[in-house]
Amino acid sequence: MINQLSSSETEELKTVSKKIRKEILMMIHNAQSGHPGGSLSSVDILTVLFTKCMKHYPDCEKNADYKNRDRFVLSKGHASAALYAIMAHCGYFKEEELLTFRKLGTKLQGHPCSNALKGIEVSTGSLGQGLSIACGMALGLKLDNIDSKVYVYLGDGETQEGSVWEAVMNASHNNLNNLIAFVDRNKLQIDGSTETVKSIGDLTLKFKAFGWNTIEIDGHNYNQIYSAIEKAKKSDKPIVIIANTIKGKGVSFMENNPSWHGKAPNDEQLKQALEELK
Amino acid sequence: MERECKSVRSAYGKTLVELGKINPNIVVLDADLSCSTQTQMFAKEFPERFFDMGIAEQDMMTTAAGLACMGKIPFVSTFAMFATGRAWEQIRNTICYSNLNVKIAATHGGITVGEDGASHQALEDIALMRNIPNMTVIVPADETETIEAVKYAAEHFGPFYIRIARTNLPDVYDTSYKFNISKALIMQEGTDITLISNGETLVETLDCAKMLKDKGISAEVVSIPVVKPIDKETIINSAKKTNRVITIENHSIIGALGSSVCEVLSENYPVKVTRIGINDEFGQSGKAKELMNYYGLTSQKLTDKIIGLIK
Repeated sequence: MINQLSSSETEELKTVSKKIRKEILMMIHNAQSGHPGGSLSSVDILTVLFTKCMKHYPDCEKNADYKNRDRFVLSKGHASAALYAIMAHCGYFKEEELLTFRKLGTKLQGHPCSNALKGIEVSTGSLGQGLSIACGMALGLKLDNIDSKVYVYLGDGETQEGSVWEAVMNASHNNLNNLIAFVDRNKLQIDGSTETVKSIGDLTLKFKAFGWNTIEIDGHNYNQIYSAIEKAKKSDKPIVIIANTIKGKGVSFMENNPSWHGKAPNDEQLKQALEELK
Repeated sequence: MERECKSVRSAYGKTLVELGKINPNIVVLDADLSCSTQTQMFAKEFPERFFDMGIAEQDMMTTAAGLACMGKIPFVSTFAMFATGRAWEQIRNTICYSNLNVKIAATHGGITVGEDGASHQALEDIALMRNIPNMTVIVPADETETIEAVKYAAEHFGPFYIRIARTNLPDVYDTSYKFNISKALIMQEGTDITLISNGETLVETLDCAKMLKDKGISAEVVSIPVVKPIDKETIINSAKKTNRVITIENHSIIGALGSSVCEVLSENYPVKVTRIGINDEFGQSGKAKELMNYYGLTSQKLTDKIIGLIK
């Protein structure tokens, strides 16, 4: 089958994503603030994307091909801990710096800040803006005839923002087939289930109705993630990968529990979580 | 006093075309108002670099941000109400926080929007833009200043807000005018009071100063096109000369030119300041001229008010 990972690659992804999960928990514990739930749900996708699929250069401008890189926008900026951990893994900065997360003077701001950290394309954090930014980048790439992709990572709760749907219309109107969006469908938001707070419903149907291609996957299955991204690269239209995920994935007491959206573990909880991730 | 009035919006449109010819990185976005903002001129000349975003101002601002990330220089136009009101947080959190090279050139600011009424009359736009870090705010007063400000913004990095007047305006500057980002302009020297204005009210202020002169009052007129960063020195020096300052603007008296002048003077050289503008209320329908008169912004109304104030 095409677009499949070898078993050694899968093993490696398992190891890396476990490391990323541990780092996320240690960063948030150390800062005593942050967003573990939505960071953990995004880890497997970000790991596959950053280590297997995306053309990017951790040495940034020093790389001669830098302008041809794929762009990544973390629209759900509160998953910053996951992004920082994968960036450090890839070599954007030293892993020791991860523990400066959310501390005074850090490059690793609570939500990604492009002027603080090299490699962050644009500051995010306020929901509902990343997809439009990505559309602008995709338009810019087309104007310059650069054959690269723009990846944008949204939360599912975020799709309650009306501006997301303005951007969805924008992408199909301009036929941005160089745009690949993810929706981290962990089905929880701060106040509870997305379907209880304000039902999001069938995102596949919604995106299709707006003229997008769609793929629905298990967002914790490396092969499904990898083959979806590789397929998305060849899409003739803007494409969304709707990834069914588990909020808090990997830590039993955090999984599917909305109270872990924006809460730091205490010493005992960190110990237990790290034990589970051994 | 009939004077030739020029469309500053057309001047904006023509300047964009001129800039587009020189610099292939100039792109233009509009939200279904290209006929009003005159970005249609650019659209005709450079269709591949013009994006009509439809009635979606939030998407327009953040799309412009994305284009700026790619090295483009986006000019974004719509009415001031929707540019600064609807999309304020996109401007704050994406464009200004990331310090992106986006130029917001909004038309239809102030009471002079006219017949469309209060829903379309942005009386808060300058205040909304002025308080965001990294943002430069310019309110040109005539055709020349509009052209110069737009060119300056295109050539200098960072987010800009330029309020393009809806009404046609007579020239207030002569041909020697040079836009200077850090300098306010003494339009007329005087000793009794300082009148500070910009945008559409500058010409009224200059006429008012003439009327005051006939009544034996010597008014110094200061033009402050750049509300941020503001030229403190010129304001302080003029206040030292006259010890009485009056600000005049086509905007709410809260948060824009008048407030800026008060901030500068209260911290550096406190003198009495009176802010003339829209007094914390919504506008209404009417012809632009009628509204200027109703809200006390014509030269005659200004003169009457100022004589009462300094008696």
